Amino acid sequence: MSEADLRVTIGGLVFKNPVLTASGTFGYGKEFAPYVNLHHLGGVVVKGISLEPRRGNPPPRIVETAGGMLNAIGLENVGLDRFITEKMPYLRGIGTRVIVNILGDSLEEYQTLGQRLSEVEGISALEVNISCPNVKKGGVAFGTDPAMAEAVTRAVCAHSTLPVIVKLSPNVNDIAQIARAVEAGGAQAVSLINTLLGMAIDVRSRRPRLANIVGGLSGPAIKPIALRMVWQVAQAVKIPVIGIGGITTTEDALEFLLAGATAIEVGTANFVNPRASQDIVEGLGRYVTDNRLDGISEVIGGLILP
Amino acid sequence: MNQSEEQAEIVRQEQLTPEIFRLTLKAPEIARSARPGQFVMVQTTSCYDPLLRRPLSIHQTVADEQVQLMYKVVGKGTRLLAGMTPGQKLSLTGPLGHGFELAGKQAICLVGGGMGIAPLYFLAREILRTNKPPKCVVLLGARTAAEFGPLPRDFMDIGITETLLATDDGSLGHHGFVADLLAQHLNPSHQWSVCTCGPHPMMKAVVGQCRKQGWECQVSLETMMACGISACLGCATPRADLSGPYLHVCKDGPVFKAEEVAWL
Repeated sequence: MSEADLRVTIGGLVFKNPVLTASGTFGYGKEFAPYVNLHHLGGVVVKGISLEPRRGNPPPRIVETAGGMLNAIGLENVGLDRFITEKMPYLRGIGTRVIVNILGDSLEEYQTLGQRLSEVEGISALEVNISCPNVKKGGVAFGTDPAMAEAVTRAVCAHSTLPVIVKLSPNVNDIAQIARAVEAGGAQAVSLINTLLGMAIDVRSRRPRLANIVGGLSGPAIKPIALRMVWQVAQAVKIPVIGIGGITTTEDALEFLLAGATAIEVGTANFVNPRASQDIVEGLGRYVTDNRLDGISEVIGGLILP
Repeated sequence: MNQSEEQAEIVRQEQLTPEIFRLTLKAPEIARSARPGQFVMVQTTSCYDPLLRRPLSIHQTVADEQVQLMYKVVGKGTRLLAGMTPGQKLSLTGPLGHGFELAGKQAICLVGGGMGIAPLYFLAREILRTNKPPKCVVLLGARTAAEFGPLPRDFMDIGITETLLATDDGSLGHHGFVADLLAQHLNPSHQWSVCTCGPHPMMKAVVGQCRKQGWECQVSLETMMACGISACLGCATPRADLSGPYLHVCKDGPVFKAEEVAWL
């Protein structure tokens, strides 16, 4: 490991480096232990948790597309109680920050999740999912209306003692407006983007390839859109921005940092190369060393405009 | 959990039929811990097109050092694999999932169709090694004789003398479905343990025959999957009673007891 200073600060928390794993692509951490030294990562964002367990959508749930994939998992998860009793004991020992992604159908559900998780030892922050495109109620409805987004943020912040990151949907007209709304609601950071709503059809059967008909597009295909949105949001808010969307290599991560992201989340790339997150940590270390920088913070927002 | 990621060097690439290939890779970590019925995720290119790894069942391991995979060229990923030559390296992750259960089985019948035959060869070798005396019958199905390639011969060569064939077009063996052979050939007075892998309708027919005879049956399922390590949750399959949480083929399978899963 490089000795380069990769530390970044979000919501008053110091992360050892800016590389996190995106919710829904890294299980509950343990799944990747054979491939990644989890303590080398800046943090792990676990699979989204709801108050009650969720079954998720019927199969087929995923389909590969050009440079990406569509998913309609439907937020399948073990629910809050099992998460706390079955998943947290392992997560407390992984040697890096644990961020819990939460989702709900109502303000009350978000509040309860924020409150209950604040009482659990070993959690560094919450990431509030107001942006999943694959469930009928809640989720994306909260993420597309600025007033609703602000209300959810306010509800979680009021009931939780943890730093609150709000994960934004790209399926909106003006993502900067939503970002400003959640900043006003008290969010300590925003993370973006969640998946882009997409679709694929099997021309032989004339049926949609996903049982849910539509799903969320992720992977390298969405990176330019994600980067543009991160750049726009970074200029619109004062709170830190966490960049997500198709980040697969060190160079991808650097692009997001230059655009103004304080940290990044590696998502679909974990499926392609289970070591991707750790490879990016090591790559950022080499970049800092090779360019004789004092630290990675010199890169953040360092975009030079024409 | 003995999974690992290995940069596996290609030792041999054999074309068995116009569409079917057998790839031998040097992957000692995976070879040492692999069990019949498990699979690996294969990166077909480092250029992210296609993006995802391909799940392939393990055809056999050789001398605790090599992993052999069999695949049919069906799309871009498998076409790229077919173009690779000895000396090149591929990233493999595995071994993944859990395989066939053999403990306490007396009379075992393996039923394979199409590419589903691939993992049954590994299983047959394991049965010959561990079950004394081994009683193992192999029933293989394909659309037409040419699709079998050398596989029937391979089973006979390791000592499975009762290897019976069925083809949809009647070009070799029984003219009809391989599931028909269960009723025709297996002595109903034995308590058979059936292991099957192949196209869904074939397995469904095999499961139906087993249910009728009261024989236990293990099935190896195939689904779309992105990660192979139960992170993406893409490989959901419904339970037999269609309720409760979905099963995940990569982790709960790919081998299931037939009665665990729904046969829709």
